[in-house]
Amino acid sequence: MTTTSPPLIELAGVNKHFGELHVLQDIDLVVGRGEVVVVIGPSGSGKSTLCRAINRLETVESGRISIDGRPLPQEGRALAALRAEVGMVFQSFNLFAHRTVLDNLTLAQTKVRRRSHADAERRGLDLLDRVGLASHADRYPAQLSGGQQQRVAIARALAMDPKALLFDEPTSALDPEMITEVLDVMRGLARDGMTMVVVTHEMGFARASADRVVFMADGRIVEDRPPEEFFAAPRSARARDFLAKILQH
Amino acid sequence: MKVLIDNWSTYWHGFLGTLALTGVSAGLALTVGVLVAAFRVSPVRPLRAFGTGWVTVLRNTPLTLLFFVVVLGLPRFGIVLPFFTFAVLALGCYTSAFVCEAFRSGINTVPAGQGEAARSLGLTFGQTLGLVVLPQAYRAVVAPLGSVMIALAKNTAIAGSFSVVELLGTYHTVNELGYSVIWAFVWIAAGYLLITLAISALFGVLERRAAVSR
Repeated sequence: MTTTSPPLIELAGVNKHFGELHVLQDIDLVVGRGEVVVVIGPSGSGKSTLCRAINRLETVESGRISIDGRPLPQEGRALAALRAEVGMVFQSFNLFAHRTVLDNLTLAQTKVRRRSHADAERRGLDLLDRVGLASHADRYPAQLSGGQQQRVAIARALAMDPKALLFDEPTSALDPEMITEVLDVMRGLARDGMTMVVVTHEMGFARASADRVVFMADGRIVEDRPPEEFFAAPRSARARDFLAKILQH
Repeated sequence: MKVLIDNWSTYWHGFLGTLALTGVSAGLALTVGVLVAAFRVSPVRPLRAFGTGWVTVLRNTPLTLLFFVVVLGLPRFGIVLPFFTFAVLALGCYTSAFVCEAFRSGINTVPAGQGEAARSLGLTFGQTLGLVVLPQAYRAVVAPLGSVMIALAKNTAIAGSFSVVELLGTYHTVNELGYSVIWAFVWIAAGYLLITLAISALFGVLERRAAVSR
């Protein structure tokens, strides 16, 4: 990494309201290449909105968001091209219900990346193998468990060879025993140097895999520190309170 | 039966007229309807506004009035077309509003996450709609679309009052020749039934096929 290259994801002075609710308040956030940033906070703190704003699934009212040094374009082809560079994994998986697992992985490769069908399938099967689901290529999403669907969703995002991956509560809709299989895949990605922004309640993942923990409350970033510092000695009362609640059980 | 046999040519031409009106108008209505539905769900505000305006005006105007607007209004702007074309324009545009709403309600049955996932992969709006959303909306669209098409077939009767040869208008001819009005109408009804039942059957097949495709 050269010192002149811009950070991969940069938010500066970002604001957004949902009606009266000020969900994002003067958000500044920088994510460097290869960094894993975990965003935690109580529900309604704006962390999902923050994650979705990065690829403009949520529009913002003011402030600047840039990816790889380029500001986010308005709706249109330029925005679509930029989204192809930033993968996203959703809480509810959102696999295309009318297509097989493999088709889910090849669709955007052929339509956006313009790869040949054969190349797309090869890449798709490679990635399915990596998430341990090569034998499920011809099934439909509804025939898979939640954990399997989420692993396919991660593979689908990876098939585009994105520069960064956004995870919006990827394990919140999963049964406990399936959380592990998804987190294993995510830990592997983090080890391989993928740039990741992860909104999650999995403190174990934050401790083990995050380079930084961003703690949000009421639409603001309250703390932004390495996990060992944050979990050992949170500075704000808000974070202490939050950690006390979730670490109790 | 005698009424039908004696006036076979009149009925046959009327039947073909109704069939042609229905077919061509359906083509126009489907094309425009899908396009306007795409406008109504697009991220571009002026397109959404246009779509809403289109549906509001056409869905809430009596079809007969629309015929008057097209047949009497367009020639004032120097647009003089055959009456058949005028009738197709009126019927097609009117029906497109209902087609649009059938598609839009179908689109609304597809979870928002499907579109978000498609966009997050870099698919454009058109690709998202065409490759991900509409194929999943299709199943919910077929049944209401069948109703819209049947209504269209019956609405073609209005064109008879605007110098287009179609089935209902044949009763003038048959009646003037001194045949029983009641039987004249019975055969007209049979003709409409033939067309509408055929449409029902077609959409029945489409619906069954959509049901097994997943």
